[in-house]
Amino acid sequence: MSADAILSVEHASKRFGGLLAVDDASLVARRGRITGLIGPNGAGKTTLFAMISGFIVPTAGRIMFEGADVGGLPPHRRAVAGIARTFQIVQPFAGLSVRDNIAVGAHLRRSARAEALAKADEVAALVGLGDMLHRPASDLTVSGRKRLELARALATDPKLLLLDEVLAGLNPSEVRDVVPVIHAIRDAGVTIVMVEHVMQAVMSLCEDIYVLAQGRIIAAGAPREVTRDPKVVEAYLGHGAAARIAAREEAARG
Amino acid sequence: MSPLRAYGPILLLGAALASMPFFAASNTLLNAMVLALVIALAAQGWNILGGYGGQFSFGHAAFFGMGAYGTALLQTRFGVNAYAAFAAAVALGSAAGLAIGYLSFRSGLRGSYFALVTLAFAEVFRILANAWPFTGGAAGVLIKLDVRAETFQFASRAVYFWIALGLVVAVMLINRSVERSRFGAWLVAIRENEDAAKALGVDTFSVKLKAITLSAAITAISGAFYAQYFLFLDANIAFGPWISVEALLAPIIGGLGTVFGPVIGALGLHFVAEITRAVAGRVPGIDLALYGTLLVVMVAFARDGIIGLLTKARARLFGSRA
Ligand SMILES: Nc1ncnc2c1ncn2[C@@H]1O[C@H](COP(=O)(O)OP(=O)(O)O)[C@@H](O)[C@H]1O
Ligand SMILES: [Mg+2]
Repeated sequence: MSADAILSVEHASKRFGGLLAVDDASLVARRGRITGLIGPNGAGKTTLFAMISGFIVPTAGRIMFEGADVGGLPPHRRAVAGIARTFQIVQPFAGLSVRDNIAVGAHLRRSARAEALAKADEVAALVGLGDMLHRPASDLTVSGRKRLELARALATDPKLLLLDEVLAGLNPSEVRDVVPVIHAIRDAGVTIVMVEHVMQAVMSLCEDIYVLAQGRIIAAGAPREVTRDPKVVEAYLGHGAAARIAAREEAARG
Repeated sequence: MSPLRAYGPILLLGAALASMPFFAASNTLLNAMVLALVIALAAQGWNILGGYGGQFSFGHAAFFGMGAYGTALLQTRFGVNAYAAFAAAVALGSAAGLAIGYLSFRSGLRGSYFALVTLAFAEVFRILANAWPFTGGAAGVLIKLDVRAETFQFASRAVYFWIALGLVVAVMLINRSVERSRFGAWLVAIRENEDAAKALGVDTFSVKLKAITLSAAITAISGAFYAQYFLFLDANIAFGPWISVEALLAPIIGGLGTVFGPVIGALGLHFVAEITRAVAGRVPGIDLALYGTLLVVMVAFARDGIIGLLTKARARLFGSRA
């Protein structure tokens, strides 16, 4: 494990009955950076996040966080250690106000109610929910709910933030609003691993990218390299796609 | 919310109710009020776990019965002082809550499974208490009549009324402080979404254990007070389904997960029950039929109970406070 790795997943696998959802996957998230995890639907990205955050126990492999094996810890202990996650399928506390939702996260490191509420207000303003504080979470739009997921996780003062498709379902102008927020979180020293389909955002945010397909890591590296990798193109567009594209480019040039 | 706004209305309601014996001192009325306050206490206990925590118990009779039998048996069998017996019985009730909570939450029981397990515990306790000679078997337990302040027995019903009211008000204050604490925030988070709570670092098992222990203690206070007031109990009273039903019905009707809900629900239920009795006479089972109807009406038209209706009405009258 390299010295600046805050998280390293080592040969993790997860089997659901006959399906190997994650197959011997290894990845490293470097401290203070944004790492992207991309791949087609059903590739195993959410399952991998669930293993890192403790919601799913790996069939095999290790999860190392800050040099310690956290594989045996339940989810709440991993949150205490500094791992926060958002849910791809948003999980708001629907009956509570936006402020109370975020305060639950803030309470992790603040026992006093007033301090937790103050932290909630601060985080809400950061993610652009400042004027929704007293509305019930169930009133929020898709974009609002995604922001709430982000805000609650952020309120726990994480060291590592796992973002599972927080930009999905947002329109382009909403994406443009949220991208700087993610940048700001990183600049504040939080390491981020994000699963994302919005490629423009992935390219502008991520410094390292891993590509997962059918449970396996098929490519890793800087964004430019990875997107040109024929294996990656094929994983997304189907067998033979890379060759067809190359031929078409050849023809266009020729 | 400022402390004044948080605690003021509770003290105000307490003071208003406390003046009642000065205006209406008939024994029948005081008796009805004491019983309603006993139910309110049991319901306040249930509301901690069910209302705030979303863990619906069908068996709070288990804790009510521990409080009642504990108080009665410690006095009659071991000659323990009534007040000490009361305190020990409450400790016994909360220990029962801790044990039942440990067994069911550790195995991840939720929803109807948890409800059924609590019901099963209460029924087992009822059957055991009904059979075991130590608990007086089917004949029950009689606490010796000995009207002295030292034995926690009073000639005046008004005194019992004030004590019951004091307990109910104290528990309302505790509820409010729970609402304003981290423990309360975590408990409500578990009710709303347990996985999301875990992801935010909430140790859901330990929070639920604390909640059921506190919940059981409060319901045990209700049982202990009941025994001390009536000086008689048997298995069907102490561990019977009637108290489990009333303890959950009052908060549902009054307003789940609110400070005033269980109290208003209990008082309201008893008011309606008394009126029906006055109008319809003592038809067997009329209470249950009535409760069933009320429950259906509330669930269909007022999910947030009486408190929810009041909040909505206020918002309509004075404009939404958001
Ligand atoms: N709890 C589960 N039980 C059974 N199969 C699951 C479960 N969770 C995910 N899967 C399956 O595992 C595969 C990977 O799913 P997922 O991790 O959600 O993919 P992604 O997030 O990359 O779209 C899918 O085929 C999915 O159907
Ligand atoms: Mg997914």
